[in-house]
Amino acid sequence: MSSSVSSPDKPRTVTGKVFALSDRAIAWLFISPTILLLLAINIFPLVWTIYLSFTNYRANQPGRAIRWVGTRNYERLLGNEDIWGYLQATAHFVLWTMLLQVVIGFGLALLINRNFKGASFWTTVILIPMMLSPAVVGVFWTYIYQPQTGIFSYIVNFFADVGPLDMIGSVDLAPWSIIIVDTWMWTPYIMLLCLAGLRSIPDYLYEAAEIDRANAWQKFFYITLPRVMPFLMLAVLFRGIENFKMFDMVVELTSGGPGSTTEVASINLKREAFEKWRTGYSSAFAIILFVTVFGLSNIYVKALNKVKQ
Amino acid sequence: MTAAPDKAFSVGTVSARSKLIAAILVTAYALVAVIPLVWILATGFKSPPDSISYPPKVLFQPTLEGYVNLFTSRTRQTPEYIKSLGPPKTWYDELARKRNMVISGPSRFKDRYLNSVIIGFGSTFLAVFLGTLAAYGFSRFKVPLKDDLLFFILSTRMMPPIAVAIPIFLMYREIGLSDTALGMILLYTAVNVSLSVWLLKGFVDEIPKEYEEAALVDGYSRLQAFVKTVLPQMRSGIAATSIFCLIFAWNEYAFALLLTSGQAQTAPPFIPTIIGEGGLDWPAVGAGTTLFLLPIVIFTVLLRNQLLRGITFGAVRK
Amino acid sequence: MRNWKAWVAGAIMSVGLSTSVQAADKEITLCWAAWDPANALAELSKDFTAQSGIKMKFEFVPWTNFADRFLNELNSKGKLCDLLIGDSQWIGGGATYGHYVKLNDFFDKEGISMDDFAPATVNAYSTWPKGTPNYYALPAMGDALGWVYRKDWFARPEIRAEFKKKYGRELGAPQTWTELKEVAQFFQGREIDGKKVYGAAIYTERGSEGITMGVTSALYAWGFKYENTPGKYDMEGAVNSPEAVEALEFYKSLYDCCTPPGHSDAYMVANLDAYKSGQVAMQMNWFAFFPGIAKDEAVGGDKSGFFVNPKQKVAASTLGGQGISVVSYSDKKDLALQYIKWFANPKVQAKWWSLGGYSCHNAVLGAPDFPKSTPFAADFLKAMAGVKDFWQEPIYAELLQSMQKRIHNYVVAGKGTAKEALDKIIKDWTESFQDDGKL
Repeated sequence: MSSSVSSPDKPRTVTGKVFALSDRAIAWLFISPTILLLLAINIFPLVWTIYLSFTNYRANQPGRAIRWVGTRNYERLLGNEDIWGYLQATAHFVLWTMLLQVVIGFGLALLINRNFKGASFWTTVILIPMMLSPAVVGVFWTYIYQPQTGIFSYIVNFFADVGPLDMIGSVDLAPWSIIIVDTWMWTPYIMLLCLAGLRSIPDYLYEAAEIDRANAWQKFFYITLPRVMPFLMLAVLFRGIENFKMFDMVVELTSGGPGSTTEVASINLKREAFEKWRTGYSSAFAIILFVTVFGLSNIYVKALNKVKQ
Repeated sequence: MTAAPDKAFSVGTVSARSKLIAAILVTAYALVAVIPLVWILATGFKSPPDSISYPPKVLFQPTLEGYVNLFTSRTRQTPEYIKSLGPPKTWYDELARKRNMVISGPSRFKDRYLNSVIIGFGSTFLAVFLGTLAAYGFSRFKVPLKDDLLFFILSTRMMPPIAVAIPIFLMYREIGLSDTALGMILLYTAVNVSLSVWLLKGFVDEIPKEYEEAALVDGYSRLQAFVKTVLPQMRSGIAATSIFCLIFAWNEYAFALLLTSGQAQTAPPFIPTIIGEGGLDWPAVGAGTTLFLLPIVIFTVLLRNQLLRGITFGAVRK
Repeated sequence: MRNWKAWVAGAIMSVGLSTSVQAADKEITLCWAAWDPANALAELSKDFTAQSGIKMKFEFVPWTNFADRFLNELNSKGKLCDLLIGDSQWIGGGATYGHYVKLNDFFDKEGISMDDFAPATVNAYSTWPKGTPNYYALPAMGDALGWVYRKDWFARPEIRAEFKKKYGRELGAPQTWTELKEVAQFFQGREIDGKKVYGAAIYTERGSEGITMGVTSALYAWGFKYENTPGKYDMEGAVNSPEAVEALEFYKSLYDCCTPPGHSDAYMVANLDAYKSGQVAMQMNWFAFFPGIAKDEAVGGDKSGFFVNPKQKVAASTLGGQGISVVSYSDKKDLALQYIKWFANPKVQAKWWSLGGYSCHNAVLGAPDFPKSTPFAADFLKAMAGVKDFWQEPIYAELLQSMQKRIHNYVVAGKGTAKEALDKIIKDWTESFQDDGKL
């Protein structure tokens, strides 16, 4: 491929010379800007963060000498019981949103795949929430959740007389308030991937199963599920990473409250880094989060590859 | 994952009854899911008292007050003072005066929206431009450590945005890019370029190499062959990629919150602050939200067939 | 190909240019919070522009984002603000980290004397270290936390009669927190004009400083102190004194018994809204809002009464308010200083008060007709005589964050006890002061 024919008799203008670059030169010319940009805005900052995480630096105290503190930031973080609370809140959020979205999303995909009349219209309608800005949506849901004037409590009370629902102010309900919004926004995503999986299953498999007199459940467990599984797991991987990093929707909806009930890791990181300005300490927290996401998703991808085979 | 024909509706024959059940259930879900969207739209046309009435009002007298409040800043004045001003000059003056308010000037919403447009489109253009080149490079040439580089590009999306913002904040402060559109464009480009490379590489991979080879035989140089044969065929891929980059840049909140202020702030961190000015003005928030979400809703409808590829980094081919 | 590159270059340049091109030379930007007094200041500043030819631009940010936005702006050495009306707690950081220009020489040169301003405001808004004659701001807006009540409801005979029967005294503006809670309980759930109403709207906001400002107005009334000996940072026994525990428990009981549903994340605007829409009988809020309430279409005029923060063990109020500072990163410090000189003029200060700002100038506050000028002016003087502020340390934001979290956790989320919350605050604060080298 790379040793293809060099261009012969072409007019030798300046343009011609530029256009006559060797493959190797073109490859580098094409790839290097992207790599340079990523080095400047992703890798260099990452390395810098790693360095800062071993110092006592505070970005709001210009005169203060930067002192190397070894692993003290990490020790403090891992010994801080509050940190475990934030990680628990995050895990609760990630696990429940994934569970709900997989169940509802897969279910919807199965239904839509029956290809009834109007399926494509309703699919498009269902997709809209996931394209919206989570922060803006988060703000608006505070209004929807308002116990008296909000429509959420009103609708719930229409079906079950439970009185005004204080979704954001109550310790028991607040974690669910963010799960509901996330599920509303992102179930379509899981649905879309499951649908792609379902449509990749060739018809002859089902035809063959019918000849073998397999019942609906058998068809589901032996054909549908294994074929959709890789798609589903991929969807969970992408959404899982996003929800682990979740900041915008939650901060606008509950700002981590009541108390620290919904203070997911990113919200606490923001408070440490940009309100308390403990730059070194928060850099260490950032690294821990990054390593966690990276490690978990690597394990997950290994599992995914097994399922694929 | 192999490509499958679009029409492989695979459960074989579906009975009319099960179709009906599916139709009912899916429609019911869609109707529930659409309530918040309708509520946003409706709230934008409510009057402030209607917006906080109990129980919530489904039927109401529509008014443009929310939109007027969104685009203006107002001060409350005594009726005597308002009378001294003479009759209102415009319909929106009149609306404001009904609530003892005088419009004192335009609000910042227009500027913030414009920033969203500049930063959104600027970064999208750059990300797609760089992505097109890199995708072609990765797809067609032997690049040392290719797989590592591709994974490295992807891994940059695993950092929580707040974690990235810490060093970027320090860096931009040193080089004077804080609160500039240029700084935000570069940052969003860097975030988007990973998506752009992965998506576009998928498209380039599908273009047969024979086209370029024929062009090379015809005496074109490699670069000419790229411009004349590959680029035109990437058109739909570039369009789809652009939309996804734009959606990210359009909706992004964390970076904008932390790295911009009076000059380059975009709409997402601004819209929540509408609530803080002059009371819990939900109609204005509804109006702002509607205007902000509208372009994306239109894109979703137009692009529904390309969606899958875009939101999965091209990992799933449709 | 080349066209593409040209486009990119063009796009980058045009974007770069559009952000770097500044408006006309003689223009300065003043940054403050977005609220009624800021609009009044914009109105007042028209005189300055007419006099000096310097145009004024304003950047007003809502309170919940105010500290976040502008502290971030200062820390990124931004040039957005030439003048900043920063919160009282920022003065330590502003002085220590070099965000604010020191104004002593300027005051001397222009003959501006700090003795012309109320001592409490000079101490709170201008000096760092506290109480020394090192000035980093001119007192701009005096403020304290006060209360508003529905005078029209309180005046209804049937309500008064019922209240008297129940509590054995006349219904009126409460003098103590105990009375305040009784009144709130009395109104909670009552039907007035066919609408269910609630007792009181108090601060419970989590994200910025809301619940701390609310809780401290109870704590101060119980005689709360941050340190046993001022300047020693010895907080054990002061911050978690039995009185402090009692005050905190009281605030929680008030939240539990007498606030409207869903009032779990409320600051100034939410309280205003609850009050103006006729949901509550009383609200706590900054004096800054009182002029607006007095002329409100729904609750203005005779419908609203005002009272100073009730006492319990002592009379004290939570301090609000701000001084105006020149930002040291500004390119137009001379123009900004001109504005301060103009603003310090007693005549301008008098107009400032008449437009709805709270002047701190003795010529205004000391005028014989001042207490009668508005329904809340006398209360304002009373409040300012006994104000207490949160820490003004350079690391105040860090101290505030832990207080927000611990208090919200106890009051709203109902986790742990008041003593535990205060103990944890001491632990957090001790750690912060150790990090800062003060302990």
